[in-house]
Amino acid sequence: MNTINAIQDQIIEDFELLDEWDDKYAYIIELGKKLPAIEEIYKTDTYKIKGCQSQVWMHSTLQNGKIYFTGDSDALIVKGLVALLIKILNGQPATDVATCDLYFIDKIGMKQHLSMTRSNGLASMVKQMKLFALAYQTQS
Amino acid sequence: MLDIARDFLLANGQLDVERIREDFPILHQEVNGKPFVYFDNAATTQKPIQVIEALTHYYLTDNSNIHRGIHTLAERATAAFEATRDKVKSFLNAAEREEIIFTRGTTESINLVAATWGNQYIEAGDEIVVSAMEHHSNMVPWHMLAQRKKAKVKIIPMNDAGELLLDNLENIITSKTKLVACVHVSNALGTINPIASLINAAKKVGAVTLIDGAQAVSHLDIDVQSLGADFYVFSGHKLYGPTGVGVLYGKRSLLEAMPPYQGGGEMISEVTYEGCTYNELPYKFEAGTPNIADVVALGSAIEYVLTIGKKNIRQHETILLDYATKKALEVPGLQCIGTAADKVGVLSFVFSDVHPQDIGILLDKSGIAIRTGHHCTQPLMGRLGIPGTSRMSFAVYNTIEEIDLAIEALYKALRLLR
Repeated sequence: MNTINAIQDQIIEDFELLDEWDDKYAYIIELGKKLPAIEEIYKTDTYKIKGCQSQVWMHSTLQNGKIYFTGDSDALIVKGLVALLIKILNGQPATDVATCDLYFIDKIGMKQHLSMTRSNGLASMVKQMKLFALAYQTQS
Repeated sequence: MLDIARDFLLANGQLDVERIREDFPILHQEVNGKPFVYFDNAATTQKPIQVIEALTHYYLTDNSNIHRGIHTLAERATAAFEATRDKVKSFLNAAEREEIIFTRGTTESINLVAATWGNQYIEAGDEIVVSAMEHHSNMVPWHMLAQRKKAKVKIIPMNDAGELLLDNLENIITSKTKLVACVHVSNALGTINPIASLINAAKKVGAVTLIDGAQAVSHLDIDVQSLGADFYVFSGHKLYGPTGVGVLYGKRSLLEAMPPYQGGGEMISEVTYEGCTYNELPYKFEAGTPNIADVVALGSAIEYVLTIGKKNIRQHETILLDYATKKALEVPGLQCIGTAADKVGVLSFVFSDVHPQDIGILLDKSGIAIRTGHHCTQPLMGRLGIPGTSRMSFAVYNTIEEIDLAIEALYKALRLLR
């Protein structure tokens, strides 16, 4: 299992091959389309990350000290961003997820999705994933 | 001081949009490496150089606190501030300048009425009637008032095209109705509502009327006297003016009878340790130092709009809307939301297979600014059974070429998303 940073670095490398914005977004959209669906029972308000425009659901489990996520969104680009985060954080130790620095967001040119106006953007998703990890840490 | 060009028309009688665009410096830039196209005018319009210069001029030469200063600059600032009141009076064709109250915007104007007139006159069991397409700013203050007073909010329904249904109006606006509050032009759909009919229906039962003109003032001629509206409210920033300034028009008799809104300087006549008496209109409702600079610049915005002429603006925007609608309907899977016979300035649309947010993000990458989401009209979106729309909204400086760019960007976005 690669570390969070090793996977981030690989994603940054992949994105460096994509010159145009439409290629980058096509890549993210593709990830969104391929993301395995979240179980319907988790598509409820309890698992929803509150936001203004699109809906995002996120669920996690802990197995042998490692955290596993499933997620979904009704908007495709956001779903692709969820897929990217899951790709990086899935199967990682809860401690690492809670403390990681997700520098890839800036490096792949998706920093705008962290901004306040996209209140359902990456920032709230990252926060939710870290909160899950923190909760598991206190459990163990 | 200001040099507003008098000739905005081409020989064929159409607007010289290229000439107008020269007045809007912000339009001449690239966004994400593409020519900037601004189609979010229903959220806020851009400001002509004349408005920006009025702001700068005020701070460079006239800035002083108004009304009680005895020095020259205070007099100049007061004159400029009060000149805007006169301009707004003519702009709305109000009977008296004292009927024009400056506020922070449409939202504050409505809240002012709810907090003062509403608190005084709404009682348990009374009914407040609003339309199915209100912006939250003309819905939430009435819900809050109704909760405080145990009153009831009733809704005028609409059809699927986004037109209000008036055939059952006598069962909605009844002797229990104390207030009818309705949006003049819908921000989400562009529908121009039959407010004259609503005002007449309200008058028959003795109800007071408030018209939310936020989306109307930049497109339509407004005559509060011939409409007979009791209150008419709008924001400066949707009228090519600055943010942070708006207007409450109210009939003198109503404004006189209403208690003050906020207490403080300016709104009092005399203050003792034991109590105070209130100032006369309009100052009774303008506590504290007002937003002087933005009020002054609002005056320039009104001058600008009147110089071009609302009729010319409306004609140009109709050409844009018709063209954009025609082009949009050619896009596979696109459904227009808001197809009222009488509409202005707004093209809202949805796809069954594509989320509005994805459209908004990808259009932005192409330099096109649109708005996506519920447009602060959640009850309306609920009525239409959709979470939100993508909305292009047009202003006097927009062009057919920009619509072509936006439609091209839309096709590109759909290719990526489908």
